[in-house]
Amino acid sequence: MKTNEDDRIQHLLKQALPPVDAATGPERDLWPALLRRLDSQPAPHAGWVWFDGALLAGLVAFAALFPASIPVFLFYL
Amino acid sequence: MGNGSSGVMVQANPLSEFRLGNPDAFEALFRLHRRAVYGWILRIVRNPAAAEDVTIETFWRIYQARARFEPTRDFEPWARRIATHAALDWLRAQKPEAELTAECLEIQSSAPTADPGVTAEIRLKTAQAFSRLPPRLSIAAILVLVEELPHKQVAHALGISAPAVKLRVFRALRLLRKDLQRQGITP
Repeated sequence: MKTNEDDRIQHLLKQALPPVDAATGPERDLWPALLRRLDSQPAPHAGWVWFDGALLAGLVAFAALFPASIPVFLFYL
Repeated sequence: MGNGSSGVMVQANPLSEFRLGNPDAFEALFRLHRRAVYGWILRIVRNPAAAEDVTIETFWRIYQARARFEPTRDFEPWARRIATHAALDWLRAQKPEAELTAECLEIQSSAPTADPGVTAEIRLKTAQAFSRLPPRLSIAAILVLVEELPHKQVAHALGISAPAVKLRVFRALRLLRKDLQRQGITP
């Protein structure tokens, strides 16, 4: 539930970061740059898969050892 | 990729053709949705040059992920979600408060609904406090609090639930309040 303070912060945010005009498109044609990107840069290789797996295994092990930490992790996700 | 001919002709369903890797179908989709994708990214990164770069990154990711696209679904929400994550990655790569002073001063001077009761100093401190938020919170806050987009739309773009969006906005407000109070501003 929003409070008066929250409304005030929202007002300050709108003053500091006024809404942008999202209707305007990019100033230049981005297609040539996109083509260059597609032609030059290969898809990311799978070299990080082992690291992702190790990280996941570590997290699962940590959660199994310290189950009380699960709500804390969920809160900060 | 194709040569990027200006007259794009796609005979069959362009979404199915795109999924199969047809460069003309991809170009047609790019030209149809680039403005919407760019506008969405601009709302998040708030920097036209960066929005252009992130738009290119987004469509590159879209092309790489084309096999996962389901042609019976709308293209734009799917593209928006990829754009949101590309913008989030860009935010994460930025240094907090980098080049904020000049940008803020420029924004303040061009703000059409500037409140004379809010001084330039308070605006700057607010913008600095905002720049210190974790990106996953700042992105929810900017879309909900500043752009005033529905929670459901923001949730879909972030790939989380609407209650999770509300929680992130709540936490962003809490952190902003603490930061502003630390700077001597009582909201």
